[in-house]
Amino acid sequence: MTSDYRLERNAFGRLVFTGAHGDVHEGVVPVRAFPIGAPDEGIALVNPHGHELAWIERLNDLPDALRTLVESELASREFMPEIRRVLSVSSFATPSTWRVETDRGSAALVLKGEEDIRRLAPPALLITDSNGIHFLIRDRFALDAASRKLLDRFL
Amino acid sequence: MKTTSAPLPNAQNDSPAARADLPALAGRFPSSLPDGRRAEIETQLAADENVLAHLEIDLDAGLRFADGLVLVSNRRLLARAAGQDAWQEWPYRAGLTLQRNDHAGVGTLELCDADGRLAQWRYTLGGDIAAGRLVDQFARQLAGALTGKEAAASEQALCPVCETPLMAGQDECPKCSREVDAPPSTWTLLRLWRFAHPYRWRLLAGFLLTLCATAATLVPPYLTMPLMDNVLIPYQNGKPIDRGLVTLYLSGLLGAALLAWVLGWARTYILALVSERIGADLRTTTYEHLLKLSQEYFGGKRTGDLMARIGSETDRINIFLSLHLLDFATDVLMICMTTAILVSINPWLALVTLLPLPIIAWLIHVVRDKLRTGFEKVDRIWAEVTNVLADTIPGIRVVKAFAQEKREAARFRAANLHNLEVNDKVNKVWSLFTPTVTLLTEIGLLIVWAFGIWQVSRDQITVGVLTAFLAYISRFYLRLDSMSRIVSVTQKAAAGAKRIFDILDHVSSVPEPANPVHLPRVEGRIELRNVGFRYGTRSVTRDISIDIAPGEMVGLVGHSGSGKSTMVNLICRFYDVTEGAILLDGVDIRSLPVAEYRKHIGLVLQEPFLFFGTIAENIAYGKPDATRAEIIAAARAAHAHEFILRLPHGYDSLVGERGQALSGGERQRISIARALLIDPKILILDEATSSVDTTTEKEIQKALDNLVRGRTTIAIAHRLSTLREANRLVVLDRGSVVEVGNHEQLMEREGHYYTLYQAQARNVDTEDQLARHDAAAQGERK
Ligand SMILES: Nc1ncnc2c1ncn2[C@@H]1O[C@H](COP(=O)(O)OP(=O)(O)O)[C@@H](O)[C@H]1O
Ligand SMILES: [Mg+2]
Repeated sequence: MTSDYRLERNAFGRLVFTGAHGDVHEGVVPVRAFPIGAPDEGIALVNPHGHELAWIERLNDLPDALRTLVESELASREFMPEIRRVLSVSSFATPSTWRVETDRGSAALVLKGEEDIRRLAPPALLITDSNGIHFLIRDRFALDAASRKLLDRFL
Repeated sequence: MKTTSAPLPNAQNDSPAARADLPALAGRFPSSLPDGRRAEIETQLAADENVLAHLEIDLDAGLRFADGLVLVSNRRLLARAAGQDAWQEWPYRAGLTLQRNDHAGVGTLELCDADGRLAQWRYTLGGDIAAGRLVDQFARQLAGALTGKEAAASEQALCPVCETPLMAGQDECPKCSREVDAPPSTWTLLRLWRFAHPYRWRLLAGFLLTLCATAATLVPPYLTMPLMDNVLIPYQNGKPIDRGLVTLYLSGLLGAALLAWVLGWARTYILALVSERIGADLRTTTYEHLLKLSQEYFGGKRTGDLMARIGSETDRINIFLSLHLLDFATDVLMICMTTAILVSINPWLALVTLLPLPIIAWLIHVVRDKLRTGFEKVDRIWAEVTNVLADTIPGIRVVKAFAQEKREAARFRAANLHNLEVNDKVNKVWSLFTPTVTLLTEIGLLIVWAFGIWQVSRDQITVGVLTAFLAYISRFYLRLDSMSRIVSVTQKAAAGAKRIFDILDHVSSVPEPANPVHLPRVEGRIELRNVGFRYGTRSVTRDISIDIAPGEMVGLVGHSGSGKSTMVNLICRFYDVTEGAILLDGVDIRSLPVAEYRKHIGLVLQEPFLFFGTIAENIAYGKPDATRAEIIAAARAAHAHEFILRLPHGYDSLVGERGQALSGGERQRISIARALLIDPKILILDEATSSVDTTTEKEIQKALDNLVRGRTTIAIAHRLSTLREANRLVVLDRGSVVEVGNHEQLMEREGHYYTLYQAQARNVDTEDQLARHDAAAQGERK
């Protein structure tokens, strides 16, 4: 698929979008429509005013150069550490501080209340910590036994 | 990129000297910098260099957790990128800018010059305030370095911990003092003592009665011993029955039974009375506390869950106190007394009798843990079931309109199924528990029989003693069985207590000030100073500064979602600002008592909420002692009087739950009357007229004109034409103020407001045309 727009990164690290009619937008950001449910489908390029400039049906359909650009921008904007292991929890009553191992290194999170653990489409869970960071557990049954046991106390 | 790759040569040369006069170094760092960091930083600093602000970076460029540091000194910006050892520096020069923004919980600092981006650092939002300080200091130092003047030091008092500026009337930082990360203690039930304390004398009386009642119940088995040894066995051996002795023993039995009956009745009555009161206190206190919590708390909680906590959980605790705990106390007393009696009769047999006790105690202990988590889970699931109901019933019109009854039923079934699953799991352990205790009881009895018979055969005890023992322990083990039940009920009650104390322990995120400032008279001057706010991680408003003079009417306009209602929430202190401050007559609203402050505010919202009750009650909601004349005057001013009179019961008409019996415009006018009645200094109208048709709007508008006079007014209106009266219009766009001025000025500027206005004017035209078209069409049909 060829696109009728161009995307480049400028010296300020911002994406610059040039549309089919020569309109130029700086500071364009890609936004996933379903960041959890279907991350690779439906990505909008949005200008700083929040207006949609282009719609990407599927990331894989893009030409390579464009795709890497979009992917790198997404990677630098998205922050949803995926919990691989729960190492310890400070208490089973909230607020409780968890030490976890994520795909982005080990971290500590403060769980303010059980309601901050959101059930997504099973078996995924989304944990919001006291700073508002979302930690994802993609498959809670795939965690190791110790983590599952700790986690289970909060569900 | 023009960066030096560290370590910096001059910094290293300086470092020994820097270390030499360590005591004098105290002024070189902000007090909030952790000690562990200082050694690392010192190696980088020149002799006369002071660190003025710092930010601990916890993410690297690929957003992995790693550790780094950004510093602003009086000479330059210094940074060690996350996960790296090398330091980089940027001395102050023209064209440098440092910017901060955040997205989805990650903050970004960007250092740029005219040609491009020099560096970028990422951090989790816990460090956002420090980042704000850093950017501030950077700008100040940069300006100082460029103009050659000494950078002005910040005059504001700062919180020593997080460096939030402190406002007049604040001794402690509103931000830090609210952090509560400590988990509640496990001995939650003991905390119920707070509620039991007022009734302690009655509780003591109840306890003494329990003691006596239990003692009385222990008399009958004791009497079986002499009955057996002195009456029955002698009779079997050929002696006649001694009638006097029998009468004595039997009347003893009867007396003990009667005594136990009277005492048991008294103690149950007293203790039930007390526990009922404790439960009621608990419920009221929890509800009162709940009402004080901030909007934010309610935003994050489900209605059904809160209802379950205050309703059924308190009841469960109540039953626990009045029934189970009482039984348990009786049982413990009984066991202690029985043990004493048994030991006094025959220590050996007593020992054997009591042998199974530790085993059972151990069993109870093991199961306790499993059951506790299980029961906590059951509670949470139960709340989920209630939540489905609380979600669906108020939205029943939507459910029916979209014919989704089946789906909602399925949702309820799913919640119920989940409930079943969890209960099944708990019951698996629980069902094994009771039979095991029974089995142990039987085995215990068996042991006593065997050992007793052996002792009787060796003439160490009499048959009477063995009978007494058997009589005692059959009661005793019976109690053990019921005692084992205490495990589950205690755990259930503890889980309930924990969930209640979760509410009670929650500190409002709009806390009452420690040293409240009281304003004797309110002028109504509102100042917003660099106000920033975030819902969770979503930055909604940024750096808003507005000054509103007493009596001025300010209109807030902007696209939907531009943060207008958020401003209202902040000014009403439903939420506290994340940055900056809001001042009323020069005093930070965080240092005013919350209720006192809100008394000065009249609020009319887009969706007026009416409570179940009469119209008069609803109008007088903010001032329950208002006279009828006042209520009518307010209704007249709100242009509600006439339609109220048309209702069958006038001001005494019931409005139904949430005001269902009234139309949107009628509800709105009642809510305006409500705001009018309290005669507030400050009036806030959030799209008060946008849900009604134009005619009604005109009426409401007339009502509002009455309301606005002489008050500081902040009005948000969807239709810009309704804001013509405003002294000033503030145009918001994506959370920032973009334009300020009156209608004419803003139209002249042809900026944001102009476009908004033009767009609406076009719409109105087309609406009019459509109306005309319709009329024409109807005319033709006739
Ligand atoms: N309780 C909330 N939690 C999270 N985001 C919210 C909340 N309330 C409002 N927002 C968001 O804040 C932004 C501003 O909302 P608001 O102030 O209500 O806009 P408006 O100008 O239309 O009144 C919107 O993008 C909205 O989605
Ligand atoms: Mg709004």
